Amino acid sequence: MIIMKKIITILLFCITSHYTFAQNQIEMATGLRSSGKIYVVVLVLLTIFVVLGVFLFMLDKRIKKLEK
Amino acid sequence: MRQSWWKILGLVMVAASIVVGFLGPVPALFLLHETIRNVYFHVPMWSAMFALYLISVIYSIRYLSRSRVNDDLMAVEAVNTGIVFCIIGLLTGMQWANITWGDFWPNDPKTNGSAIATLMYLAYLVLRNALEEEQKRAKISAIYNIFAFPIMIVLMYIMPKMTDSLHPGSGGNGTFGDLDMDNQMRPVFYTATIGWILIGVWICTLRYRVRLLENKRNLID
Repeated sequence: MIIMKKIITILLFCITSHYTFAQNQIEMATGLRSSGKIYVVVLVLLTIFVVLGVFLFMLDKRIKKLEK
Repeated sequence: MRQSWWKILGLVMVAASIVVGFLGPVPALFLLHETIRNVYFHVPMWSAMFALYLISVIYSIRYLSRSRVNDDLMAVEAVNTGIVFCIIGLLTGMQWANITWGDFWPNDPKTNGSAIATLMYLAYLVLRNALEEEQKRAKISAIYNIFAFPIMIVLMYIMPKMTDSLHPGSGGNGTFGDLDMDNQMRPVFYTATIGWILIGVWICTLRYRVRLLENKRNLID
């Protein structure tokens, strides 16, 4: 019985450890996130996007002027 | 449509999707890793394209029923803007495919279908340029556009679903709704989609207004 229990626990350990291993294998950019440098990327993209938005608004205004 | 609230809304929605799209939680999935965030940026391009082609076909039908030149001009400009979004969608899709599927152009039914659909809409623009007479051009291209739209839907949305495709939601492949079990991504994705559609429509109306001015000047000359 004791041997059986041991085998079962070893098997269970194998299965669960394999499972956690598989989970850890999926690499996410946690390092970039924890160092806070991802905020720089977000800021850069936001800047590009906001400037493009303002540019579109200026274009809109120019066309409005032409229409009058 | 000349008010600006919906334009600001579109900008704010996309800006929000950029911030939450990079900082928000996403499920850790095999192969995809962080590239799953592309769902917020690559897929809305296709939604914007679809919305613009839909606008185009509506205006084509309106042209055939009322035969006003302005409806025809709106139909062209919607296709012109839609093709830009389509090209961005193809390019971003190629970049994403290269890193996850191992090839810039894996012969995927959805990828091939969208390429054919793009060619079909390019043919629409070529057809327009080939016809000299204004009314004839408007009528023929409107009819072509009405035929092109359902074929585009079949090529891009129905055929890939019927066969095996690398894209989610086809063959043995689950949809993103299945992969993203706790639906963390859904609100961000919808915000990005609506935002990009609004921006696409905005650019389309700008082009349409320029086209109207050109048309007016040509009539005076």
